[in-house]
Amino acid sequence: MIWDWSFAASIVPSLLGGLWVTVEVTLIGTVIALLLGLVVAVVRYSRIPVLGKLFGFFVLFVRGTPLLVQAYFAFYVLPNVGVQFSPLVTGIIVLGINYSAYTAEVYRAGIQSVPAGQWEASTALSLSAWQRWRFVVLPQAVRDVIPALGNYVVQMFKDSAILSAITVFELLSHATSIGSSSYRYLEPLTIAGLLFLAVSLPAAKLIKRLELRLAHPR
Amino acid sequence: MSQILPFLPLLLNGLLITLALTAVGIVITVVVAFAVGLCRMSRRRWLSWPAGVFIEIFRGTSMLVQLFWLFFALPFFGVQLVPFAAAVLALGLNEGAYGAEIVRGAITALPRGQREGAIALSLTPYQRLRFVILPQAIPAMIPPFGNVFVDLLKNTSLVSLVTVADLTFRAQMVRATTGATAAVFGTILVLYFVVAYLLSIATAWFERRMDPARPAPRQPVIRPRRVVGP
Repeated sequence: MIWDWSFAASIVPSLLGGLWVTVEVTLIGTVIALLLGLVVAVVRYSRIPVLGKLFGFFVLFVRGTPLLVQAYFAFYVLPNVGVQFSPLVTGIIVLGINYSAYTAEVYRAGIQSVPAGQWEASTALSLSAWQRWRFVVLPQAVRDVIPALGNYVVQMFKDSAILSAITVFELLSHATSIGSSSYRYLEPLTIAGLLFLAVSLPAAKLIKRLELRLAHPR
Repeated sequence: MSQILPFLPLLLNGLLITLALTAVGIVITVVVAFAVGLCRMSRRRWLSWPAGVFIEIFRGTSMLVQLFWLFFALPFFGVQLVPFAAAVLALGLNEGAYGAEIVRGAITALPRGQREGAIALSLTPYQRLRFVILPQAIPAMIPPFGNVFVDLLKNTSLVSLVTVADLTFRAQMVRATTGATAAVFGTILVLYFVVAYLLSIATAWFERRMDPARPAPRQPVIRPRRVVGP
């Protein structure tokens, strides 16, 4: 028997601890990605002179480069310029910024799908720019894109494993460190994979249901 | 910046490995995507069910976990892959699972009449796929496949963690030698970006070429022979 059940059982608590860190990283990263993405999308849509172009390039560049290299860049360069964060904080920021480039595009699609009449009507009602976004455009734009945003949250959950490379002690780092100290990689890596599945599959199912609910509101 | 200039050949060599990984990965991705995607659509349970499990497993776990599993856990079953093979396999299987859903989505999006028409013309299942379904579905697959390929290119950077000497791996080496962290990681970020940009331009060009609305077909797409009558 290659699979050692008692060893597998003994490492589960440690891996669950790692899973908790992974979930935490994802949740905080999600908050950053959702807020920053919204800002980027609104600025780009409003064609604010320099900033709009800059954010456009930001989205293009972040989406065109690997998360791992972005993480390395932040992890090694920030301390050199005097910014001292723990690996965990660096990882969360990198993940949040990386995914904000994706959520920004989702928001933009949502904003673009708001009919022109809505803009015109809110101008006719002489709403201020803030009121227009807050009460007319965004509520309609965001509702349709919630499932798409949810998909990116699941994606981020899986991608957070990459942060193990910058010494964030999450699920995958727990698995590899158990592996390297016991010379048994089979059980820790398999269980880590199963734990990823155990979270991401139900989450994806949930988003699918949300999508159906939002598509046919009552 | 001048510090890393002597190491530029080393980095470009790593870029070549990255490009090779991407190219082989794309081939595996496309093969896996069509094989699994078509199996998933099959009415035979013993074909569609394993395909579904495959898709859920590879889309539900992290690509890095899959890579580590192939590299570290597979040897426990007596299979030891060289790093490059484990790398392209993980890349191809992971992105292939996403590709399979693209294949399925594009085919199910076709109007039902196309399939019914092909059945009415008594084409064999193979002919249906080859002459009716795929020629119409493939153009719709190209833009999402382009995204998958860019994703694959970015994911190649992960193979540096299992000792494949790709661009990211070389960058780590140069960083350790020179300490010019910002310069070396800045350089490779730009390199990755340029390749990803070229890849997306290439798929956009391909998409325009494959647009079924534009070119007049040199020959009819369906050429049924002796389909009706005795």
